[in-house]
Amino acid sequence: MPFTDPMADGPAIQKANIRSLEAGTTTADIFAHATAFRARHPQVPLVLMGYANPMTIRGADWFADQCVKAGVDGVICVDIPPEEDAELGPALRSAGVDLIRLATPTSDAARLPAILDGSSGFLYYVSVAGITGLQQAAQSSIEEAVARLKAATDIPVAVGFGVRTPEQAAAIAKVADGVVVGSAIVELVAQHGANAAGPVREYVASLKAAINSAWLNFEVRLKI
Amino acid sequence: MNTPDPSLNSFRNQPDERGHFGQFGGRYVAETLMPLVLDLEREYKAAKIDPAFKAQFDDLLEHYVGRPSPLYYAERLTEECRKNAPSGKGAQIWFKRDELNHTGAHKINNCIGQILLAIRMGKTRIIAETGAGQHGVATATVCARFGLPCVIYMGAKDVERQQPNVFRMKLLGAEVVPVTSGANTLKDAMNEALRDWVANVHDTFYIIGTTAGPHPYPELVRDFQSVIGKEARAQMLSRINRLPDLLVAAIGGGSNAIGLFHPFLDDEAVQMLGIEAAGHGLDKEHAASLAGGRPGILHGNKTYLLQDEDGQIAEAHSISAGLDYPGIGPEHSWLKEIGRVRYDSVTDTEALDAFQLLCRTEGIIPALEPSHAIAAVARGEDGSGSDHPGQSVWAWRQGYFHCR
Repeated sequence: MPFTDPMADGPAIQKANIRSLEAGTTTADIFAHATAFRARHPQVPLVLMGYANPMTIRGADWFADQCVKAGVDGVICVDIPPEEDAELGPALRSAGVDLIRLATPTSDAARLPAILDGSSGFLYYVSVAGITGLQQAAQSSIEEAVARLKAATDIPVAVGFGVRTPEQAAAIAKVADGVVVGSAIVELVAQHGANAAGPVREYVASLKAAINSAWLNFEVRLKI
Repeated sequence: MNTPDPSLNSFRNQPDERGHFGQFGGRYVAETLMPLVLDLEREYKAAKIDPAFKAQFDDLLEHYVGRPSPLYYAERLTEECRKNAPSGKGAQIWFKRDELNHTGAHKINNCIGQILLAIRMGKTRIIAETGAGQHGVATATVCARFGLPCVIYMGAKDVERQQPNVFRMKLLGAEVVPVTSGANTLKDAMNEALRDWVANVHDTFYIIGTTAGPHPYPELVRDFQSVIGKEARAQMLSRINRLPDLLVAAIGGGSNAIGLFHPFLDDEAVQMLGIEAAGHGLDKEHAASLAGGRPGILHGNKTYLLQDEDGQIAEAHSISAGLDYPGIGPEHSWLKEIGRVRYDSVTDTEALDAFQLLCRTEGIIPALEPSHAIAAVARGEDGSGSDHPGQSVWAWRQGYFHCR
């Protein structure tokens, strides 16, 4: 969901927000896209990600209701931490929409229970203290963090921020349940515009192949 | 007329323990920043009751900043404004002259307090946003004073229109980063500062320049700026043995205004008026969030914002770079809702007229920000009308109050 002030985003996603808003995208358009996607792909999980103000401006109940009607499964809101959960969390939970929270390198053991309380769907581990699309975390720090998170929760853990290559995705897939890739895809869209579907499909397929082969090797190793 | 009664119904005990002023304020930040925001809250609570912290803050305000700032009776402006009033009526106008502080604005009060907190927390790098450049200059100043590296984010448009302040920041050793996202003004500078902060949480302290941002910033900025109102209150009592009838202050984020108003909030007889920037007019481009906006979430807090029906933030406009912001400090939103403070607005043109009026009548060249507050008084729409004898006081670059 585009927002005029994407404070947690790096240059690629900032530009994407501006392009989208300059093209006239409204919240109604986003739910129309979501509804159409859900009709075409009944089984693919669908998550909206964005900032608090566009999600709450008409009231949390309105937003949760729109999510249900459009077939949205979950919501990631960048700037509503557990301390402000009342702003959005209760409305989503009572509508049966997952509120997907973020854990970061600054989320220590004392903080983690607050993040997990009320989280569902999956836990999004933001592997870099920073903005989207720039640095990447060292694989060892990701492994350590994911192990810590998985010891604290049963919900799946996905890892993102700075993930670009099939090799990185495969390495993360060995320890985590999901890999989040944003800026790299957004850059392909910026580059190819209306013709982006092909290049995006090809790129995502390359990530998926690497992840599948990582999982396959992992299973083979287990059998041996 | 001495110390306000600390009754249970005090207007001065906000925010609550979660950082909310009624429905406003709060901590709407990315998870990466939350532990740091909580650390800052803990550290500020400890500092508030630490006599050594208070002693160091007071000492620097007195000997480095040059406080207390004078309270000045603007005699010729008073006469000028009385020309339009019935005989024997009209306000007496007083100025709280915070433009005489070191660095030329009230911004330094807050920067002294925040850099002392940064040092207490062991932070070694300072960042800040700035609009007109006054907060940037004040931040660069305290960084030079305490030997800490300093990065200032400033909208590219503001870098252009506020060149002298850019030069001063550089002289003081700060790195000035022009921000080219959005409308290239204060809002965008704040976004960029938040992006820096989230990437450098371990060693960096963000000195926010106004009563905005996540809790505890609106509270601590207000507390550091309250020196304006505390002094003004004592000075009024000592000069004319009474409190003013009306305080007037210009508002962008509103740190000068809340600093002036807060110590008076429980003085029932003292009215208060905050002046927003109406830019080209409230029906055109402006920066009056209370007059033309509605509650929303931006930059860590919930407050009145200029925005469209989808919650996309609008571009503000004011001739004054320091008022060119589509939001307002959350405590002002609360004070508006409960009706303790009245808010009105003044256009670019009215502010420019008031600027000239003050130059000619008092020999004081004001900034464009307080020119908005002066305009509200000059046009006699300050809530007192022009039919009252008495006194009023300006807080310079800040506010103004007004006795009948």
